[in-house]
Amino acid sequence: MADSAPLRFHVPEPEVRPGDTPDFSKVVIPEAGSVERPPVDAEPESIRKLAFSIIRVLNRKGEAVGPWAGALTDAELTDGLRHMMTLRAFDARMQMAQRQGKTSFYMQHLGEEAVSTAFRKALEKGDMNFPTYRQAGLLIADAYPMVDMMNQIFSNDHDPLKGRQLPVMYSSREHGFFTISGNLATQFVQAVGWAMASAISGDTRIAAAWIGDGSTAESDFHSALVFASTYKAPVILNVVNNQWAISTFQGIARGGAGTFAARGLGFGIASLRVDGNDYLAVHAVAKWAAERARSNLGPTLVEYVTYRAGAHSTSDDPSAYRPKTESDAWPLGDPILRLKNHLIVRGIWSEERHKQAEAEVMDGVIAAQKEAERHGTLHSGGKPSVRDIFEGLYEEMPPHLRRQRQQAGV
Amino acid sequence: MPRKTMIEAIRDGLDVMMDRDKRVVVYGEDVGYFGGVFRCTAGLQAKYGKTRCFDAPINESGIVGTAIGMAAYGLRPCVEIQFADYMYPAYDQLTQEASRLRYRSAGDFTCPLVVRMPTGGGIFGGQTHSQSPEALFTHVSGLKTVVPSNPVDAKGLLIAAIEDPDPVIVLEPKRLYNGPFDGHHDRPVTSWSKHELGEVPDGHYVVPLGKAAIRREGAAVTVLAYGTMVHVALAAAEETGIDAEVIDLRTLVPLDLDTIVASVNKTGRCVVIHEATTTSGYGAELVALVQEHCFYRLEAPIGRVAGWDTPYPHAQEWDYFPGPARVGRALVEAMEA
Repeated sequence: MADSAPLRFHVPEPEVRPGDTPDFSKVVIPEAGSVERPPVDAEPESIRKLAFSIIRVLNRKGEAVGPWAGALTDAELTDGLRHMMTLRAFDARMQMAQRQGKTSFYMQHLGEEAVSTAFRKALEKGDMNFPTYRQAGLLIADAYPMVDMMNQIFSNDHDPLKGRQLPVMYSSREHGFFTISGNLATQFVQAVGWAMASAISGDTRIAAAWIGDGSTAESDFHSALVFASTYKAPVILNVVNNQWAISTFQGIARGGAGTFAARGLGFGIASLRVDGNDYLAVHAVAKWAAERARSNLGPTLVEYVTYRAGAHSTSDDPSAYRPKTESDAWPLGDPILRLKNHLIVRGIWSEERHKQAEAEVMDGVIAAQKEAERHGTLHSGGKPSVRDIFEGLYEEMPPHLRRQRQQAGV
Repeated sequence: MPRKTMIEAIRDGLDVMMDRDKRVVVYGEDVGYFGGVFRCTAGLQAKYGKTRCFDAPINESGIVGTAIGMAAYGLRPCVEIQFADYMYPAYDQLTQEASRLRYRSAGDFTCPLVVRMPTGGGIFGGQTHSQSPEALFTHVSGLKTVVPSNPVDAKGLLIAAIEDPDPVIVLEPKRLYNGPFDGHHDRPVTSWSKHELGEVPDGHYVVPLGKAAIRREGAAVTVLAYGTMVHVALAAAEETGIDAEVIDLRTLVPLDLDTIVASVNKTGRCVVIHEATTTSGYGAELVALVQEHCFYRLEAPIGRVAGWDTPYPHAQEWDYFPGPARVGRALVEAMEA
């Protein structure tokens, strides 16, 4: 004992900090098309290596290659591009609206547009997502009215959530979008419960759980894996690895594990990594996992390897903790640019059409914003009723709330 | 009418509801094949199958979290936390998720969920098998909290909880599982089979949430109690000979304030009892409400008898437990003030 050296405490650090040159040399990126596509009924044990690789379809030339390519029609692909462009334009306008004081807060998706928009198109009507705050693309790709999203962000008198929720914390049962919690990871295990209920009921619908890389450290992430694995729940367990949990790099939550997908292996869950900036790859993997869930083959864990190009939220300043040019150096590129190039290579798109589409999309977003602002913004115009504070906590208002409502004079 | 223990009454309530409503699903640690450590769910898996009653991993947050998802889907999960003391890992799911789904989604998603948990002391359970965490739930907007004191209520309140469209916490006093208990550790527990409140009707019936019961009518002082303490209060009233009116609250949220106010306005005196620790306990809420609503009718300070502000000790359990002697002293003090 006396000869033992003092113990050392280890705190992981990212490769670079502000002022350094961005360095993603340690991110191993396989060639597009090089990763196998196993049958959906593959035993998790037989596809362990997919938890350490990255499934990619679009190569540097904009071609769709390999076994995961080829599932989408021209119309579906142009729709996909439009969804991503809409989300980006929506973000730009709402980010600006927050800076103009029209709402308190906003969270954008810059760089991650492919993840939620492509995933949504792999689901069917009636399936349920349990999202975080960075999957608004699920709503946009399902044609949820943008003006209602903005009404929610502005907390005006047309806000479907009556001014009770932080901006971007949408809810829509009809569009398969579970009410968002600010408490991290709680929804991950709820999604598993929803999927268990669907199986118990002999239904055909499946659930999708969503979490960020940082929140995989929460107990509920592990609880969800236990329950999903134990009951072979028809659920897709999505981990969006965008490299940063506010200012904390992904190495802090990941610990000694090789990847976040590898978390699933100890639970016997089929676990894959996918290029999160590749619309086609995301869609193909989501489709594979959905088919697996719907065929009673159990849960799939999917890690989307992507990069949060923007700030965490309007309250965040990423230049304080990472190099300013890091997002440009991200080796998987920009999801919109990559799909655009693919459509051009495919001969169904052009630079001119893209410019025109950008203008159309922005016009649509501006029109929706004008309509939403007619109902009011956070600090001006129509507001939800003060009476709404007391309504709808319970189905039937109990006497103590009735007394408090009277005290409030509403 | 058959007489049942509280355990049998709870099992009967679950059976009735599983039979009536295919959406009712029962799960938790050990509740399936074995039927629960207190045997409340014995036989349910054999009768309804493994998809309606099943064992869960030892993961309270997972049990409640999955139950929230199930409830949002449209089932009626009724889950068991093996002891109330083990509820804390699930506390986030209960208090920030289950309680708020309806509100935060403006009714888009609801959470008709029941969480049962054995609570309270008196079985030599030590610090981690004896807690009474009701105040942790009553403080939370959006939850309802129920504490039965006898088999007939346990079944009727449980059925009401399962049929309720919102999340309900049912705290089952384990000291009362087999019979009423007057707080004297050196006397045997009387079986419910010898007690009128052991008479449990067959089939479906409801004891509505939010309605208190007057267990003993009296004119001199009102005693507010729930769970095990109802029986302790009755014993204290008998032993002191004081003409106490004993109110069994049955539901803490929503609370039957009208019954409380009517009684205290009649007696002019009030003593509040509970087993949980004193500071910031539910008794503080009761005292505040009585003060707000009955101040000009009060003839004495409102008394409060509760557990000491320490963890629940093992060997000194009966010095911790608010028994008839302590309650009796509080009644005498209220009468002499």
